[in-house]
Amino acid sequence: MNTIAETRTKSLLYLDGVSVSFDGFKALNSLSFVVEPGELRAIIGPNGAGKTTMMDIITGKTRPDTGTVLFEDSIDLTKKDEADIAQLGIGRKFQKPTVFESHTVWDNLELALNRSRGVFATLFYKLSPDDKARIEEILTTIRLTHRKDELAANLSHGQKQWLEIGMLLAQEPKLLLVDEPVAGMTDAETAETAVLLKEIARTRSVVVVEHDMGFIRELGVKVTCLAEGSVLAEGSIDFVSNDPKVIENYLGR
Amino acid sequence: MISGFILRALEGKIVVAIAILLGVAILVPALNLLVPAGSAFHIPTYVMALMGKYLCYALLALALDLVWGYCGILSLGHGAFFALGGYAMGMYLMRQIGSRGVYGNPELPDFMVFLNWQELPWFWHGFDMFWFAMLMVLVVPGLLAFVFGWFAFRSRVNGVYLSIITQAMTYALMLAFFRNDMGFGGNNGLTDYKDILGFPVQADGTRAVLFAMSAIMLALCLLIASGIVRSKFGKVLVGVRDAESRVRFLGFRVEHIKLFTFVVSAMMAGIAGALFVPQVGIINPGEFAPANSIEVVVWTAVGGRGTLIGPIIGAVLVNAGKSFFTGAFPEFWLYALGGLFIAVTLFLPKGIVGTIQHGFSARKAMKAAREAEKGRDIGTPMAQAAE
Amino acid sequence: MLIRFFSLVFLLLSLAAPSLAQSDPKPLIDALGKADFKQAEALIGQIAATGDPRVVPALEAFAEGDLYVRKSDNLVFIAKPAGAQFTLVDPMTSEEAGQVAKAAVTKIRVNNNLRRVIRSALGGLTLLSPDRAVRLSAADAVLRSPSPENLELVEAALAKETDAEVKTRMEEARAVSLLSSDRSVEEKRAAIETIRNYGGRDAIGILRAAYGSVDASLQPDIDDAVASIEGELALWDMAQNVWYGLSLGSVLLLAAIGLAITFGVMGIINMAHGEMVMLGAYSTFVVQEVIRTNAPGLFDWSLAIALPVAFLVTGAVGLVLERGVIRFLYGRPLETLLATWGVSLILQQAIRSIFGPTNREVGNPSWMSGSFGFGGMTITWNRLWIIAFSLSIFVALLVLLKRSAFGLQMRAVTQNRRMASSMGIRTPWIDAFTFALGSGIAGIAGVALSQIDNVSPNLGQSYIIDSFMVVVFGGVGNLWGTLVGAMSLGILNKFLEPSVGAVLGKILVLVLIILFIQKRPRGLFALKGRAVEA
Repeated sequence: MNTIAETRTKSLLYLDGVSVSFDGFKALNSLSFVVEPGELRAIIGPNGAGKTTMMDIITGKTRPDTGTVLFEDSIDLTKKDEADIAQLGIGRKFQKPTVFESHTVWDNLELALNRSRGVFATLFYKLSPDDKARIEEILTTIRLTHRKDELAANLSHGQKQWLEIGMLLAQEPKLLLVDEPVAGMTDAETAETAVLLKEIARTRSVVVVEHDMGFIRELGVKVTCLAEGSVLAEGSIDFVSNDPKVIENYLGR
Repeated sequence: MISGFILRALEGKIVVAIAILLGVAILVPALNLLVPAGSAFHIPTYVMALMGKYLCYALLALALDLVWGYCGILSLGHGAFFALGGYAMGMYLMRQIGSRGVYGNPELPDFMVFLNWQELPWFWHGFDMFWFAMLMVLVVPGLLAFVFGWFAFRSRVNGVYLSIITQAMTYALMLAFFRNDMGFGGNNGLTDYKDILGFPVQADGTRAVLFAMSAIMLALCLLIASGIVRSKFGKVLVGVRDAESRVRFLGFRVEHIKLFTFVVSAMMAGIAGALFVPQVGIINPGEFAPANSIEVVVWTAVGGRGTLIGPIIGAVLVNAGKSFFTGAFPEFWLYALGGLFIAVTLFLPKGIVGTIQHGFSARKAMKAAREAEKGRDIGTPMAQAAE
Repeated sequence: MLIRFFSLVFLLLSLAAPSLAQSDPKPLIDALGKADFKQAEALIGQIAATGDPRVVPALEAFAEGDLYVRKSDNLVFIAKPAGAQFTLVDPMTSEEAGQVAKAAVTKIRVNNNLRRVIRSALGGLTLLSPDRAVRLSAADAVLRSPSPENLELVEAALAKETDAEVKTRMEEARAVSLLSSDRSVEEKRAAIETIRNYGGRDAIGILRAAYGSVDASLQPDIDDAVASIEGELALWDMAQNVWYGLSLGSVLLLAAIGLAITFGVMGIINMAHGEMVMLGAYSTFVVQEVIRTNAPGLFDWSLAIALPVAFLVTGAVGLVLERGVIRFLYGRPLETLLATWGVSLILQQAIRSIFGPTNREVGNPSWMSGSFGFGGMTITWNRLWIIAFSLSIFVALLVLLKRSAFGLQMRAVTQNRRMASSMGIRTPWIDAFTFALGSGIAGIAGVALSQIDNVSPNLGQSYIIDSFMVVVFGGVGNLWGTLVGAMSLGILNKFLEPSVGAVLGKILVLVLIILFIQKRPRGLFALKGRAVEA
């Protein structure tokens, strides 16, 4: 049996007793949640369970009322803002695909590259051969090489999702938070996305929020079920989906 | 590094625009000074003065476009930066009058003598030196933009809220400059200039140089704006405009990006104001009027925001229209301007240049799409691109 | 000569024995004919001392410069010009005494000092009037220009007075007169106390003036009294400032409340909002013009008639604006801002073309003119009405939004457009009518503002920034926020004004709001998610 202290020394992301409320509505209620380095984790839960709020807190968009949020055991994320946290190595994909529509696919990736992000560094930035190679590599990964010079606005919905994932890869994060990556995708795209995420998770930790149970089964990873702002159950997909509380709250009978 | 910046800035059609501006900077003064007045090619001084004014407005519109067109910050207070630059220049010109004023006071401008002031206020010191005044043309608007932007962008005041408080800013400045005790000539502003760098302001030669300077500064600022827009920074800027939170979550400090752009833009507006004042011969608090700042927005919108030459074309076209209307049908001008606001927003949201460019890129995209279809693509929603 | 001698003797006699003796005042009045200013002053005292109410017209005429002496017999008359001649009137009986040539009489000269003396004498005289109102105003007159000569008269009147309010006023009048008399220190100390209770700026003046002449032992009492009155005055000043602030706040509320609907509820940036106010004011002007030419008797009703007219006119303009322009720009707030600015330019120019660029005269009905005092404050009727009016508009709007079917549909549309639409609400029409409502209210505001501001094509321009500030400061989408925002900005403005001046005060308020928005970008009463409507 691990003690808490031992868990902490190993974790990449550590949330303990995190609560936040908006005008009396408790969005998160003493949530505790740990992600190990290199882990791919799925999160499920009904609407209003606090999935998006949890991501907001990890990425610095929302400040928790109480609780601890640590990254790599030592960095207190509640004291940092979005840009700091992104630079620490936490990437986030939004529920609605959010890419720079008036830029080309290539430019989208170039902007996301993990390079110095200061005003003057970007003003005088010149694309190096290394960066070029990296972008081309990502283009291959997200299967968009043939459309690299097109405006992102012209991509299909699924391709925008991939482009966004590609941008996160370019960011070289240690932890990737992915909010509903397959919403609105065709079955073929969904399957391909699962492969993509598994590929990505080989080199970093990934947390996926998803409603699509088939997709989660395909991922085949540890699942956390949230409800009313705290963890309801945690374990393999079969374990969780047989938990009576989960069935009651989320899956339905 | 810098050379890379400049080379990138000059890529494509922008070099043509800059060349035209430089050509105008030489040609118009030459036609004014060298060609005899009777000739068909002679440009009368008043026309040159008018064109010089338009170029200053064009620079102001370019400055606004940098924050509005590229960064999505609709500033309704850019007239304030323009006016501040103008006041800095006006203060220099006032100090050059020396003892030639009505009251003959070698130190104090006439309005201060009139108000019974005994000595120069502290903030007037140094303005007798040209270099200092020119520094202030950049520093004062830049500093105001920095302080204002630092507060506003840090607390993420966005969209219309930002527009409204920029408008409140210029309104407050207007009220302040109308006050006599501010020390800027109150209602009447600063006027009756005599010399600039020892040359008489009214002389044709001086006017020609001022005109040339306006065209050259516009070309220079166009170059800088082009460099900014085409750098990675410029791409981030457009990113901020289109999807601010994405930029933030990519690890960029959006407030720094906005602040830098806002300050650069304010300085450009200041330069425009400084060139404007000696050419029209007066600066007064009316320049701070919120209506002026909004008018700049319509020039930019007409020409095409988010394009570099759009605001220049828009400013020149609208102001030429204004000169024509206010001369021919003065009653009609406000109807025309009001109608222009409505028509542009309803029917020409991309502006003249933007619409033309869009036509080009739509054709290119169509071609690319056709080629892509030959590949293994699922299909491109072209309808979206054509919206 | 004889008469002059007689009157001098009489004068000496009465000076020797000042009393309320019911002697005949007629010789005293006649004596005025030959008296110099100094003698006249003494004579006025004597005339007043008779306590005979019949002398009032003579004294009044004297103050007006209508008192003349007939050269032939040195008798004094009140003279009224009648063509090239004068009609003489007996000063006591008011009977006509024939007409004379102008050269036959000499005007009895009067100066400001004498006028003052006459006023206080008249004050003393009317203290005994059977009419309560006359007594009260007489006591006021004495209070305003105290003199020791009145003291006995006041005391006599006080002894007979039964009405409590008049009595208090008379006591105060007695106290101020007593202070400059030669009464005892104890009596004066009591008088100081009475004056302290009377309060006001005049009291401070009276006490300060008496400071040098009273016994040194009284000076600390005076200091105390002045300090206490000043403290009280400071309180009243503050109350007056709050009142001015509320008054300005209600103007801001009127200007902003329509905006609270269009901007706050619908999220439309209507830069032509100020012009809606302006149209409302011009509607008032037109209504008044029609009334002036057709039915002048209805003038006091003009504002009541103008209200629905202004509402309909501006509401219709708003409806056209929404259907014609704004509906194409939903979701593009910055474009809406520009387009409506264009509309505002057109409306301004249209009004300028029709009515001319200069100010138009809009009259105040009688019930909105004048003012009254309340404690140490002055309250003008038009300001009071505007405060009442703006609050009732506010309440009416609140009720409309919260209680009516239209309000319910409107809130439904603003909260969830698609849901509302699928429940059968015609969302485009709700949009249009909501906008028309906001515009109509701006028009109503224009009716009220026409009473206190210049009605010119630029009227709206001066309100637009302020109204946006109010809405943004108060919190978008919250009517209560608009109310609190308007009132607090109004009061803040008026409290800054005395120390820094009106313009700088306004600048400071703007700067404060700009800083405030940095701190709370969503205003004082920000709408906070789902909890608010629950």
